[in-house]
Formats: sequence, C-alpha cells, structure tokens
Amino acid sequence: MSARLAVRDLTKHYGGVQALQGVTLHVEAGEVLGVVGDNGAGKSTMLKILSGAVFPSSGQVLLDGQPVRFATPAAAHDAGIATVYQDLALAGQRDVVANFFLGRETLSGNWLARRVGWLDGRAMAAHTVSELDRLHTRIPDVHLASRDLSGGQRQALAIARAAAWTGKVLLLDEPTSALGVEQQEQVLDLIRRVSAEGIAVILISHQMPDVLRVCDRAVVLRLGLVAANLSGTDLTSENLIGYITGAMQGGQA
Amino acid sequence: MTGTKAGTQAPAVALHHALWLRGRAAVRDLWIGGVLLALIVAFGIGSPYFLTRANWLNTSSTATEVLLLAVGETFVICAGGIDLSVGAVLGFAGTAGAWVMTQLVSGAPTGASVGVVAVGFAAAVAAGGAFGLANGFLVAWAGIPPFVVTLGTLGIATGFGYLLNNGQEISAIPGSVATFGNTNLGGWVPVPVLITAVITIWCGLLLAKTRFGAYTLSIGDSREAVVRAGINDRRYLLEIYTLSGILAGVASVLVMARLGAGSPDSGATDNLNAIAAVVIGGASLFGGRGTIIGSVIGTGIIAVLLTGLVLINVPPFWQEVAVGAVLIGAVYIDQLRNRKTSRK
Repeated sequence: MSARLAVRDLTKHYGGVQALQGVTLHVEAGEVLGVVGDNGAGKSTMLKILSGAVFPSSGQVLLDGQPVRFATPAAAHDAGIATVYQDLALAGQRDVVANFFLGRETLSGNWLARRVGWLDGRAMAAHTVSELDRLHTRIPDVHLASRDLSGGQRQALAIARAAAWTGKVLLLDEPTSALGVEQQEQVLDLIRRVSAEGIAVILISHQMPDVLRVCDRAVVLRLGLVAANLSGTDLTSENLIGYITGAMQGGQA
Repeated sequence: MTGTKAGTQAPAVALHHALWLRGRAAVRDLWIGGVLLALIVAFGIGSPYFLTRANWLNTSSTATEVLLLAVGETFVICAGGIDLSVGAVLGFAGTAGAWVMTQLVSGAPTGASVGVVAVGFAAAVAAGGAFGLANGFLVAWAGIPPFVVTLGTLGIATGFGYLLNNGQEISAIPGSVATFGNTNLGGWVPVPVLITAVITIWCGLLLAKTRFGAYTLSIGDSREAVVRAGINDRRYLLEIYTLSGILAGVASVLVMARLGAGSPDSGATDNLNAIAAVVIGGASLFGGRGTIIGSVIGTGIIAVLLTGLVLINVPPFWQEVAVGAVLIGAVYIDQLRNRKTSRK
C-alpha cells in the first residue's frame, strides 16, 4: 500500500543556495501532516514543488505510488493536489458562489445555453450551500461578496473550495496566521473534517498549538533536511521547538 | 454585548447584515436611477419642449452612440481596464466604412445599392474590431497598461481616420445609408435606437448571466485568483477589448447612417462621455464591479443633461461642466456609502 503522496530525496537549489538537500516524507489519505520549520528551512520550496509552481533539482514526487512531474500549478490541480496560499486567491467583490465555482462553472442544460455560456445560477448556489454546510462552515449567505466575510469565513471558503474540487491532497500555507482565536478554532475544525473525508492534508504552519491540535504527525524541516518526524507521544511542543531551533538533533526519520 | 450573549445573537446579526450587504448593489442602481428620473421631471417642468417626441428623438439619437461605447467600456472597466480609444475608433471605423463604399461605387453614388452598403457596414465593424483586437493583444500578451495602450491607439485611430481622406469627411456614399439611419418605426423608435436596445439587452445578459461575464468581473477583481483557478485570462481580456472595438464599429455605422457620411471627428466627444456614463452607473474603475443597467442609466443622465440644459436656455458650454460635476458627485456619493456600509 503506497502513500497518497510521497517525496523521495527531493533537492532544490537556486544558484548556489541549497533550499532542499534531500527531503523524504509521505502523507496518507485521511492524514493531517504538519510541516514546520524556521524561516529558510525549506517549507515554502516544498510547497512550491508539490503545487507545481517550481521543478525540483532532483528527487521524485509520487502520487499514489506513481511518479508525477507537474509542469504548471494547473497540472498539479488536475492531478488532485490543491493549494491554499496565504493570500487565498479570492475575488473580493464577487460573491461566495462565484468564488466557489471560479473556473468550474455549471452551465444550464440545453444546447443554446451551453453555446453562450449561460450559467445555471440556481444549481451553483445550491451546490455551494450544500458543500459549505457539509463542512460546517459558518457562512451566512452565499450571495455575499467574499470581502464582506470575516477572515475565518474567507479562509473556510478557500479551503472548502480547494477540498471540493480536488479530492486527493490539500496543501495549506499558514491558514490560521491572520485569524482571531475563535476563527482559528473553526478553521482547525474544518481541516479535521476535510481529512475525515479521506483527503491527505499537509499543513504548513508556524503556530505550534495548531500543529499539536490538528496534525496526526509532523515533520520538522531544518536547513533543507528533515530534522525529525514526530507522532504520538513524541509530538510535543518541546520536541517541535527543539528540532526547529536545532537544540535537538536527529537524522532522517 | 456580553461574551455569553454574543454567541446566541451572532447568527441573527450576521443574517441581517448579510441581507443589508446584498441590498447595497440594488440600492446603488436605484438611487442613480432616481437621479435620472429627477432630472427628467425637473427638465420636464423647466421646459415645455422637453417631454416631446422631437426631444425624445433628439436625445435618443445622441444617446445611442454613447450607449454602445459605454456598453463595451463597461466590460473593459469591469475587467479592471480602461479603453480610451473607443471614440477615436468610432471615427476611424465610420470613415473606413464610408471609404470602402466609395471604392466600390467609384463614381456617382446610386440610390440603393444594398450590397455596397452591407460591405461598407461590415468594413466599419471589422475596422473597430481590429482596433479592439490590437488593444486586447497589447494589454493581455505584451502586458502594457491599458491606459497606455488605448491612449496610443486613440492617437493611431485618429490619425488613420484623417489619412483616409485628408482629414475630410466622406459623404459620397449611397443615399440608402441615410435612409436606413432615419427610418423610424411608429414615430417613436428610430432603427438605430432599436439596434442599440437589442445589443444592450444582449450585452446586459452577457455580463450578468454568462461565464464570459463572470470571468470579466473576476479578472477585474483579482487576476491572480483567476489565473490560479486555471482560467486563460489572456484569452478573455482579448475578447473583452475586441468586443469594445466591435461595438465602437457598430456605433460608427449608426453615426454614419444618421449623418449620411463617414466623419473622422464623429466620436471625438463620445469618448469621455462613455467612460463617465459607466462610472456614473456604478462601475468601479478598479474593476470587479459594474452592470449594463447602470451604464444605461449613466448614459441617460448624460444625454438628458446635454439636451435638457439647451432647452432651459443654459448656454451649451455648461453641458460639459454639468457632466463633469455629476461624474465627480456620483463617484463621491458611492464612495461615501461604501465606507459607511462596509464592515472594514
């Protein structure tokens, strides 16, 4: 049984700078994997490779055991890997439905309607409501402009959208960093629900409490290498911080 | 509000707030429509000639040209761009259409040569479309800011229009052109008004109800979001600017039909009026927001000001002053209301 997503000996250098020096890790379907590390540890580079934004210098990415190589973010997306960046990529003045369906609009049934690109607004709104309800997001009205939502609701919309259209792997970049306490909790709940549907979630975060609360396992990156792979009783704040700062040492786990 | 109560009250408050925010767009259209209505009533009281058939025909013929340009401009502005070239393209396209007709008849123009007229009209629309295509290509692929691109094509189209006949209008075209332009259905609906109405309704549905319209607004709102969603933003920008050019071409046909000649200067003042109409109608110059109905009302306000002020004996030079003041006032009020109602 192969992992949902795995990387083997992944390296990336930008000129003389070694961003990744041979990272190996995996994430299973339905698992939430935390990726933590100090600035410059290689988290962003990992994210960019997995989301198809940059090519690795060497090493492999395996999706369901098959080697994959994404030429563009769209290719990664089509393969089932969605990324929610910190900026969320929402169109602020467009309503929740338009954002939820952006690029995947439902057209009305008949031939002429398809020809002119006539949107089936009612079906799209109904589908948005059911998807958002299923994930228990607290968005009061799907016809609100996305900028009129709270920060947590916006984050929830971006995650729900990514989860709805991809289905295999969800990459989250610092999803709670800009939120208040209650909204952080809502987003963490949402991450749990997404993973419960069988999606593999990779959570990149600086927030140790978030990682401890929502992740089944966490990988610590340090200087472009995996410094630790922590789960169960080893997944503690002390260990995470110890490996992040280099106070604790360990090999590839 | 105490901490414990906040939890129970929040959903109700959120829903109320949501309905209020949703109503905001409708209110915007409503109040600007109210301004138009108030102007019509005021001019109707101020002049016995305002609410007459003659003035309707006069006002509507001015409005059709501006409206067609404004409709195209609405798409461009909603997509976060600007098309400064539409007026100049109108002038060039009309002159080009007339020039093609003169090449085909090459002699004394006959009364009714339907084929020649059709080819000339098609040439005018194609000339407009070609400029739109060039604008779209330069904006989408060359990445030059729309303001610069269309300021450049404004100059180029103006120059080409003058080059066709040494800066003179071309009036040696078949008389059936003017006949077509001055045909009036039932005394109240000139053919150009009918054509404009059909195109405007079609474009209104295109912007509000179709995928093309949705992408137009989303591109203007956040091009990054559109690109990340895997949408070919360049293709849509190309189509949006081309649509604007084609509508300028259609407007040039209607102007040519009204004047019975192709004149390179015919769109010179329509340019800023069209942009003003779109902005008065509630579209955001930053993109992402705008409606065709808003632009129709904006055009109506400008057309009513232009003809109404003359009828109440205000010197015509005040027209431009009034349009400029309404433009600034409309945008200011819109900003004020946005500031008040928006959560942040």
